[in-house]
Amino acid sequence: MSQFHQVFFEESFEGLEVMESGLLNMDPGEVDAEQINAIFRAAHSIKGGSGTFGFSDIAAFTHIMETLLDEMRDGRRLVTDRALEVLLRSVDVLREMLTAASGKGDLDEESVKAQMQELEAVLNDHVGEPASGSDIDAGSNATLHEVIGWHLVFRPLPRMMQTGNDPLRILRELASLGDMEVECDVSLLPGFAQFDPEECYLSWNIHLNGGVDRVQIDEVFDWVEDDCDLAVMPLHADAPELSEADNPTKKIIGDSALNVTEAEEPYGPDRRKSGDRRKGDRRVEQRRASAAPPSNSIRVDITKIDTLINMVGELVITQSMLSMLGENFHIGQVDRLQEGLAQLERHTREMQESVMQIRMLPISFTFSRFPRLVHDLSTQLGKKIELRMSGENTEVDKTVIEKIGDPLVHLVRNSLDHGIEMPDQRIAAGKPETGVVELNAFHNGGSIVIEIRDDGRGLDADRIRRKAIEKGLIEESDKMSDQQIYELIFQAGFSTADKVNDVSGRGVGMDVVRRNINELGGNIEIESELGRGSAIIIRLPLTLAILDGQIISVGDEIYIVPLISIIESLQVHPDSINLVAGRGEAFKLRDEYLPIVRLHEVFGIEGYRAQDLKDGLLVVVEGDGRRCGILVDDLIGQQQVVIKSLEANYGRVEGVSGATILGDGSVALILDIPGIMRLTNQSPELQLVKRTA
Amino acid sequence: MASILAVDDSASMRQMVAFTLKGAGHQVIEASDGVEALQYAKKQGVNLVITDVNMPKMDGISLIRELRSLPSYRFTPLLMLTTESSPEKKQQGKAAGATGWIVKPFNPEQLLSTINKVLG
Repeated sequence: MSQFHQVFFEESFEGLEVMESGLLNMDPGEVDAEQINAIFRAAHSIKGGSGTFGFSDIAAFTHIMETLLDEMRDGRRLVTDRALEVLLRSVDVLREMLTAASGKGDLDEESVKAQMQELEAVLNDHVGEPASGSDIDAGSNATLHEVIGWHLVFRPLPRMMQTGNDPLRILRELASLGDMEVECDVSLLPGFAQFDPEECYLSWNIHLNGGVDRVQIDEVFDWVEDDCDLAVMPLHADAPELSEADNPTKKIIGDSALNVTEAEEPYGPDRRKSGDRRKGDRRVEQRRASAAPPSNSIRVDITKIDTLINMVGELVITQSMLSMLGENFHIGQVDRLQEGLAQLERHTREMQESVMQIRMLPISFTFSRFPRLVHDLSTQLGKKIELRMSGENTEVDKTVIEKIGDPLVHLVRNSLDHGIEMPDQRIAAGKPETGVVELNAFHNGGSIVIEIRDDGRGLDADRIRRKAIEKGLIEESDKMSDQQIYELIFQAGFSTADKVNDVSGRGVGMDVVRRNINELGGNIEIESELGRGSAIIIRLPLTLAILDGQIISVGDEIYIVPLISIIESLQVHPDSINLVAGRGEAFKLRDEYLPIVRLHEVFGIEGYRAQDLKDGLLVVVEGDGRRCGILVDDLIGQQQVVIKSLEANYGRVEGVSGATILGDGSVALILDIPGIMRLTNQSPELQLVKRTA
Repeated sequence: MASILAVDDSASMRQMVAFTLKGAGHQVIEASDGVEALQYAKKQGVNLVITDVNMPKMDGISLIRELRSLPSYRFTPLLMLTTESSPEKKQQGKAAGATGWIVKPFNPEQLLSTINKVLG
């Protein structure tokens, strides 16, 4: 049985997702039959499966949930707020039970017991309903209904043999699976005169005994699915035709066995439908995976792999073409050589793109947890909040999926806790009672943008400013734009929450959020309008394995500057340079003064050419919302580079985020712009604040 | 022993198929595209055809359609080798008259066991 466990857990976690989203969509007092049915079916299959695979405590637990849902479905019980809450919490407990059963966590038996009691309390709320305690065991009976064989009706269509498929082959294959009894139906056989030897007139009734897996049967019929009518029905231990007294597998089963029989309908006409459903569920399935801890494996859409395999094929062809050419090369073939090389280049690029595609997963992996979070939090806070999500199918790198979750949760919590006002405050401010939080994801240029928008009270620049002064982060005399003030909330130790409560203020600050996002190579910005709402905008690179880079040189050294952080490159006019006492040089770019970072000083490079500022070029870069000009000798070119981790191969170096190997085989370091700004020990952000004054 | 026509534009794939089948005592004829395969098949009968789907000149599905329309290939098993596990490709193949398919990647044992089943 244990070989089915993995599948069972996958299905069950999927089922939990269905139950959870169904419950969240239900409103008290309303009977949405379809919705309840979906939830019921999910609970039912978890119950059935857990019984079959020997998890009787899960079966018992699910059984109570199922009973409750069944009564709601039939209208025997009102859908109350309390019942929905209890069911939602039960889904959580069930998830823990399943996680524990799959060996990935520990189970808090007490909380299971408590939740079970609560469920029963809800169930017993209804006068006249029998206490459920006595039925609980019915679930564990499910262990008994093993399939002991299959009854197949196989009716080839007349045309079947014309595709080279022989019914005899299929019968032979079936016979190899187990003990088989076959009955041939000759009723359709025509008279001799009408007999066409190229058509098939026979059909068969087959009893296949023994624990044959349904999948094995499906495989046998895989090729002829559309060339025959086929029904496959499971035989259970108590099926009348097999209830010989001496059958050792015979077991007595309760009504639960019937349920399973119903579920396993003959699949001829239904098969395609269930195939479709499986496809539709793929997203749910993928989302389920997100609940699991970060894993080293990845679930990839099969079409992506197919594309890749095809591409490898093409590459092999091109390669063999080139090596043939090389064996006997003469100058007249130079055209073909160039053509081949161009083809090789195209294939390599396409392959790179499709390999990158494999790492890409839809952001819904992360987004899917928010409806529940918003539901729970808004209940807890006594606020009315609607969550709107868009762009759930936007694909992002797997690492981003794994690392963006916590920062996003933090930001959404912030919006709910600090952003959206209490209903009465909202009404007083002339806003709709229900606040809206939006989660959007979309592609923009070469990056992915994730926005968290709310229509709450917005950031209060004055309050933040006062707070920052209080904390000694800025001085009373500092003049700052609102945007600069908003930036302050990313400073370590900054929290404007008047009182720390359960929702936010757990010691994880916005500084941590920003750091996490920076680690992913992205940046974070705030837009806000007092009284109207605010938006947090996160920009992330499309992939973490390849980077669009600007190659620069200083002396004999070559470095890569991520293109995403470059604003412009220019030659400075000596007139636009100012010396700031004790703070080094700054240059005027339009209305702004920016500090100048001489890269050769930062990295101690000798033999640099740009002694004088006018001999070099300034690359204006931005990182963490701050800007500076980096002085380099020359710009060499732009190129996509593959990022190799420096930490994994050598060690962490401040100011450098990684390395890459260039076309000529040499290694170039990739600059970490925020890191370089920190390195220049000039505290550029204060400089910025003061200089723009 | 059966004579088997193996059609694939990738030489390495053809070699793998041929090596496996020859090892099991079959006679293997190799062709690198549909046109070449069809020419051979018209000239000389074979017991089984295994063809790749994506090929230059004539793809596997057209090859199967052409072969199936020939009187001597009406009941010959015609198998597709496909990376496309998509139902549509299989459907197209079936509509053209394919007996079945072997999904790439496969190992020699899988190939042999399928071939043996078809050849009976």
